Amino acid sequence: MTYILKPQLHHPKLPTNGLGYTRRDYEGSVSTLCAGCGHDSISASIIQACFELELPPHRVAKLSGIGCSSKTPDYFLGNSHGFNTVHGRMPSVLTGANLANRDLIYLGVSGDGDSASIGLGQFAHAIRRGVNMLYIVENNGVYGLTKGQFSATSDRGSKSKRGVVNTDAGIDMVSLALQMGATFVARSFSGDKEQLVPLIKAGLAHKGAAFIDCISPCVQFNNHQGSTKSFDYVREHNEAVNKLDVITPRDPIHVDYRPGETVRVQQHDGSILSLHKLNDLYNPNSRAQALGYLQARQARGQIVTGLLFVDPAAGDLHDAVGTVATPLNQLGEAELVPGQAALERINASLR
Amino acid sequence: MQRTREPGADYFHKVVDCQWACPAHTPVPEYIRLIAEGRYGDAYMINWKSNVFPGVLGRTCDRPCEPACRRGRVEDEPVAICRLKRVAADNKPDITARLPPPAAAPNGKRIALVGAGPASLTVARDLAPLGYEITVFDGESKSAGMIRSQIPRFRLPEEVIDEEVGYITGLGGIDMRLGQRVDSLKALLADGYDAVFVGSGAPRGRDLDIPGRQEAAANIHIGIDWLSNVSFGHIDRIGRRVIVLGGGNTAMDCCRTSRRLGGEDVKVIVRSGFEEMKASPWEKEDAMHEDIPIINMRVPKAFTHEDGRLTGVVFEVVEAVFDEKGRRKLMPTGEPDEHYPCDDVLVAVGQENAFPWIEDDIGLEFDEWHMPKVDPATFQSTLPNVFFGGDAAFGPKNIIWAVAHGHEAAVSIHKFCHGEDVAVRPPPGATLVSQKMGIHEWSYDNDVSNDNRYRVPMRDKKEALSDVRLEVELGFDRELGLKEAQRCLNCDVQTVFADKLCIECDACVDICPMDCITFTEDAAESAEGEADLRGRLKAPALNLTQDLYVSGKLPGTGRVMAKDEDVCLHCGLCAERCPTGAWDMQKFYLEMTHAGPQCLSR
Repeated sequence: MTYILKPQLHHPKLPTNGLGYTRRDYEGSVSTLCAGCGHDSISASIIQACFELELPPHRVAKLSGIGCSSKTPDYFLGNSHGFNTVHGRMPSVLTGANLANRDLIYLGVSGDGDSASIGLGQFAHAIRRGVNMLYIVENNGVYGLTKGQFSATSDRGSKSKRGVVNTDAGIDMVSLALQMGATFVARSFSGDKEQLVPLIKAGLAHKGAAFIDCISPCVQFNNHQGSTKSFDYVREHNEAVNKLDVITPRDPIHVDYRPGETVRVQQHDGSILSLHKLNDLYNPNSRAQALGYLQARQARGQIVTGLLFVDPAAGDLHDAVGTVATPLNQLGEAELVPGQAALERINASLR
Repeated sequence: MQRTREPGADYFHKVVDCQWACPAHTPVPEYIRLIAEGRYGDAYMINWKSNVFPGVLGRTCDRPCEPACRRGRVEDEPVAICRLKRVAADNKPDITARLPPPAAAPNGKRIALVGAGPASLTVARDLAPLGYEITVFDGESKSAGMIRSQIPRFRLPEEVIDEEVGYITGLGGIDMRLGQRVDSLKALLADGYDAVFVGSGAPRGRDLDIPGRQEAAANIHIGIDWLSNVSFGHIDRIGRRVIVLGGGNTAMDCCRTSRRLGGEDVKVIVRSGFEEMKASPWEKEDAMHEDIPIINMRVPKAFTHEDGRLTGVVFEVVEAVFDEKGRRKLMPTGEPDEHYPCDDVLVAVGQENAFPWIEDDIGLEFDEWHMPKVDPATFQSTLPNVFFGGDAAFGPKNIIWAVAHGHEAAVSIHKFCHGEDVAVRPPPGATLVSQKMGIHEWSYDNDVSNDNRYRVPMRDKKEALSDVRLEVELGFDRELGLKEAQRCLNCDVQTVFADKLCIECDACVDICPMDCITFTEDAAESAEGEADLRGRLKAPALNLTQDLYVSGKLPGTGRVMAKDEDVCLHCGLCAERCPTGAWDMQKFYLEMTHAGPQCLSR
């Protein structure tokens, strides 16, 4: 952490977006995480993505649980709604908030402890219900706040800072999300903003449950030889399957790849995901292929990153439940108490 | 791209824009920090060592440091560096005990200094403590040259001049021959001095030879002569209506002095446009604040007179026209000439050098503009034992340049008197020291102030105009001085990067408030390569006068770190957020090498 506030002064030529905001306007308070924490890079990427998407900060709700990662919503989007919930319970609170007000953009921020241990059940159910959100796990594979124990995502065979070998199998959050029916699944690395920022933009624009597993090295406790979540290890074993450009309806479309190398996917909100294939065989539209590919590569010690699966026609929890288009929290007494005649109509329909 | 090598003293010196711009290379951020700490005596001594006249310069300097100040690129206005110098001078304790002690014994060398202005006095100050026997000649009865004669007392009180000249004349070994004008360099050289320094200034005010000049001569005055007469008390009145011709700082001093000597309707009328005037913007502001209009684009054509008395000036109205080469020419607009009535005219259209006392046959060569041929680095003339400095060397400039010349000339004289090659210049002394005190603690205040530039308190206008000897600026008090000092960005506390320690975690990139830092692919080692790199930084580096700080290839990815120095706040957050100490904040202290044992090679 730092003792001074980040100076208000900014670059004299700092660009503004369509709302007249600079990137700096999407910042929060100064991070209190350890120097060099990967989570700070993810916060910076969220700031950049929201700036580029020209999101009005007051239309965003950021929710988190407990842990280093869950502290980060304080460090970005200082003018957005926020809820720092209980450990592992962010998915439930987010689901509730989303049901009450479907008009906000929901960003769930969690970590490997919060989502893969205490909150694993909550995570699985929020994903399978298709809650319209972007769920980011800031995955460092270690319990940093309690001084470096293995977390549930630590790979079997990896070493702790003190040299202890992990004997438990690691949970792969990406495979889990795919199995639970997430309709947008990606993995990225805090040290690669060029990859991460477009994925966050696409995930925020996606309708349905979007999930990003972001490997985020813990500089204090998990950035040593023998770790599989260190800067060096991830850089050496990173296999990106594609490179994503997010084209919002406002942007001019320019083609910079040869035909056949690029897959275009139109999302619900009109944005186009332009996927430049880095691996010819990889198809991001097949859940089954994605799962198989992940397992094969994982067995070879590789970390597959990029947009791994997307279903552009996905629906969300509101579609399934059949709620009205107006957010529930805006309904007035007239809509909520329709009277005796309406009750009798409903009762009759159930007889 | 070429790694910014083990960056040399010049690289870091250039980052300290104010110090780089100062002709005497005063360590500005260092003394500003000392002012903030209330260590006025220490701040004063840093100034005294590098610019000799802190109290004088703190009121009158042309401040090349301020347009260069990084703060002016980050927000609207630079730090008020000049007026902070005055805070140190005004608040210092008695510093006489800190002045160099007199030389233990004379070194047997005799030096003659012609003129007792800032250049000569600097030479005297640098050489006297080394044991030189110094004789200073000046035609005036008082020392300090143009500092005393041309700068009006309401800008610079006489006590300040006397005090700072006194520090020099009190060093011992200096014989001040005031009132003794040197009429012949030949005769002076015949006296057997080991070296002669000419710091005689640019003493001749340019005249304006247009119709009516002779007839109305009684009320037409040459600006610098008139100012000098006011300074020495020979003139204490001027007519009610005054026209000042000229657009430089002398013109500003003339019009403001006129307002204090009975001039009620005082105008400055210039040939050029307002923006092109040579006067510093703040001097123009001060004049206008005293109800003096500045009328531009008027070329004086004739003085009008009646019965031998000046009645006014006729001007041709012109406009700026640019030819195909982009050169500006003043062309008549065709409008009728304008007549401005007045009682007195002050001509401040420039000043010139004059060396009637230097004989043609002594081997000292002059160039086609009748200026002595002087080496710009050593200040040596074509006569090896004669050196020049100040306005006498390269024409009219200002005090801080004269001081810088004096230091360099003193080094040359010292080397010359010891039989060394004057062309071999001593490098400056430079140190680079980490400022880390704890995990997040630095030995400087890295919290950047958001305050805008503070205005210097002024005396009430009516009172100020009532007395030509009443100082118009009151100066910052300690409290305002502290606040203004806090605006300094501490540019001398450098961001120093160690490639080998970097793990490319991006923490510095994310925290940097000014988008200075980028990790990117290396660029080709060429001008095109640098242009390419400048274009793909997080914030494009468009200010080509500011360097890029480029690392070698980094161990993790083979990329490089490139930092644009342009708008760095030196807040140290990159170093605070760096987990491996690859970034460190290190104070760069550069001190010019003045005359002394360290400038000799033996």
